[in-house]
Amino acid sequence: MSANQDGANLLEVRGLTKIFGTLTACDHIDLDVAKGEIHALLGENGAGKSTLVKMLFGTLEPNSGEILWNGQAVTITSPGFAKKLGIGMVFQHFSLFEALTAAENIALSLDDGSPISTIAAKARALSYSYGLPLDPQSLVGDLSVGERQRIEIIRCLLQTPQLIILDEPTSVLTPQEADKLFETLERLRSEGKSILYISHRLEEVKRICDRATVLRHGKVVGHCNPREETAASLARMMVGNDVQAVVRAPARGIETAQPLLEIRALSRKPATPFSIPLRNINLTVRAGEVIGIAGVAGNGQGEFFESVSGEVPQQDAASVRIRGKDAGGLGITGRRLMGAAFVPEERLGHGAAPRMKLSENLLLSRHATDGKVFVGAGGMVKSDAIYAASQRIIEAMDVRKSAPDPEAAALSGGNLQKFIVGRELDRRPDVMVVNQPTWGVDAGAAAHIRQTLIGLARSGSAVLVISQDLDELFEISDAIAVMHNGVLSKPLPIAEATFEKVGLLMGGAEPGHVEHVLETS
Amino acid sequence: MRLELIKRPQRSMLFSALSPFIAFMLTIIAGAILFALLGVNPLKAFQIYFIEPVSQVWQLHELAIKAAPLILIGVGLSVCYRANIWNIGAEGQFILGGIVGSIIPVLFPQFEGPLVLPLMLLFGMVGGAAYATVPALLKTRFNTNEILTSLMLVYVAQLFLDWLVRGPWRDPKGFNFPQTIQFNDSAILPELMPASGRANWGFVFALVAAVLVWILMSRMLKGFEVRVLGSSPRAGRFAGFGINRMVFFAFMLSGALAGLAGISEVSGAIGQLQPVISPGYGFTAIIVAFLGRLNPLGIVAAGLVLALTYLGGEAVQSALGISDKVARVFQGMLLFFVLGCDTLIHYRIRLIGFATPKLEAAPKLEEVH
Repeated sequence: MSANQDGANLLEVRGLTKIFGTLTACDHIDLDVAKGEIHALLGENGAGKSTLVKMLFGTLEPNSGEILWNGQAVTITSPGFAKKLGIGMVFQHFSLFEALTAAENIALSLDDGSPISTIAAKARALSYSYGLPLDPQSLVGDLSVGERQRIEIIRCLLQTPQLIILDEPTSVLTPQEADKLFETLERLRSEGKSILYISHRLEEVKRICDRATVLRHGKVVGHCNPREETAASLARMMVGNDVQAVVRAPARGIETAQPLLEIRALSRKPATPFSIPLRNINLTVRAGEVIGIAGVAGNGQGEFFESVSGEVPQQDAASVRIRGKDAGGLGITGRRLMGAAFVPEERLGHGAAPRMKLSENLLLSRHATDGKVFVGAGGMVKSDAIYAASQRIIEAMDVRKSAPDPEAAALSGGNLQKFIVGRELDRRPDVMVVNQPTWGVDAGAAAHIRQTLIGLARSGSAVLVISQDLDELFEISDAIAVMHNGVLSKPLPIAEATFEKVGLLMGGAEPGHVEHVLETS
Repeated sequence: MRLELIKRPQRSMLFSALSPFIAFMLTIIAGAILFALLGVNPLKAFQIYFIEPVSQVWQLHELAIKAAPLILIGVGLSVCYRANIWNIGAEGQFILGGIVGSIIPVLFPQFEGPLVLPLMLLFGMVGGAAYATVPALLKTRFNTNEILTSLMLVYVAQLFLDWLVRGPWRDPKGFNFPQTIQFNDSAILPELMPASGRANWGFVFALVAAVLVWILMSRMLKGFEVRVLGSSPRAGRFAGFGINRMVFFAFMLSGALAGLAGISEVSGAIGQLQPVISPGYGFTAIIVAFLGRLNPLGIVAAGLVLALTYLGGEAVQSALGISDKVARVFQGMLLFFVLGCDTLIHYRIRLIGFATPKLEAAPKLEEVH
């Protein structure tokens, strides 16, 4: 271990431990970050990455262990103290006020009483010098996710930190935006700043990081130089064993197959000032195929899912057709009865009720479609039947759990997602619409879920997958469409789709987008 | 020094179950201090307050009379509160149930026979349910806060009853007393065991309602719908359950039960309409619902405990000369301690001193997950 006198390490962490109840989220973590390096913190969801950086940024208190800053032991008690030390953080989920301007948001976090105009001028100068152009007077609500991230980065840089922590920064960016970010990071490194880069995307870690620390189940499982590793060897370190590759048999005769889900000229006005309107969306999903919808988060995917699922029904009954029949005017129960199944993005609180047992959560989406099986005379729930069915799903999807019928909140994200997907698959739906099927799910479970979705399509169902994870979409889709600002592009057959083409569409470079501008002007 | 509540990662099942008993013990301790300050020997006061009112059979009948409306209303409210709908206006729904249920015996006293009583009970339930649809309608149509509207409608109901018995419904041969005519015999709710005391069928209604609502909530799809919409509304919408329909269902169910309690009280214990027909049952039932953990069977036990505070209040007034408002004090303390215990089951207290200002600035993000 390096000595305290060694000035090369900006940050050293020794034996840092954080315990939540019975869970040891971080177990004796050791970590060194040298001056002027980009250090990757790799790990699956739930490996303890976020807990570790929260302790470094002073929002969580460690139970034991020490943090050395420039060789001095420090107790980081608050984000304010961390900032004073010279630690800056860009969170994965932005903490910005949508109704305020970029400059006002920055002023709020600086809290030093300098006038907004000074801050705006500084922010503008800094943003241009780092190649992240930003108009400080623009309202956050009008900005894209990539632009919002710029505000967070500029806000962090204005405090002239020596260590910048970035939590999954590219998860909300298009490939082109991510390239720009990497340039900025390299520039910061050349200025001698250190960067702690949290990610589970192996390719980008290999590309820009000098060293990596890999976490698994709260423990450090290794330090390495990512440039000398392969993506597969890094994945093995993260997961602990080899991840099975997803197999996608080519879909045959799709052109002539029956369209099971048709969306015709679907438009929707924004429900709140900050939600995205849907503009004239057309899409056909045929029996046997998987269609992927790519897009940066917050471009209308949530609104689209609500409209297709019927959580928000449409005025125009023909705007959504299931198995050749109009379904636009029906609610979610009516659409389920026509053979459709839905998996929303948010697991806890949307796809499942956290404080209810798995068997009760089975009833959540299937009380109407399987009414005869699960609900008896006079509306009595057949608890034996729902228990048996939930055990069947648990078996089929390999859901790992600690009790026979635990509360949904007691399961890990991946296992709960397997249950929620399995709950719908168990019905053998003709149409399956999934939003972010593997968000926050560990690699093994993700591969399983992807494989079952392909299997469902090949057995004759229509599968529509909305995802921000491009790797995932390229793995499972037969065609990829891109949603940008509430407009859906034409689906690109997978043989023609490339990361670059899809990335450009995600950034809004397509004729459809220009048409829309002409329409409204 | 500053106090901060920090969410516990897990709830203790043991203390969740014990919480009502701990709250009751704390109420007793605080009550002992209260009696001592009033210059009364606490042991003697408790003897009079909690033991003597239930030491003879006829007194148990009185307990059942007081407990019946508390249980009926509390059971209905538990459905509302489980659905995260805050009906505070059961007192008003109780009064409207009493008024609408009294239409037949007051306006058509010549109508007698076995049909009268069932019709009165039905009218009472309809009256309570109809009155409860007002806040439901306001909430679903105009997004008003049901706590405020349902509470304010209590005062409307109280004044409406007051006006009725002083005005159009006053007994013309009643020497100008503000009350209606005495109900005829077929409009009186029969006593259960007239030989031993006054308890009437209202207590049976309360027990039946508790069992039925327990089955509804724990065994039926509708109860599942209530629990899902109450605990995770978005998951409820995903399930296809309508939140607006639920607002009407919960309000009308609790309104109907409060209305049934109202007409049972009027036709059983009182026998006519008076300016005041409830010693605050509708509000005390809120305590009953929470003390019973929003579980209909627990509510039966809680209803009996709260009924005892009413009887004890009357007993200490006559025996010790202490105001019977002491019953209200006991009820208030009980609710305070129940809610306090529940809060401490979900959160722990952390003391933050000014000595370490760095700590003070730390926002607690544990809950954000």
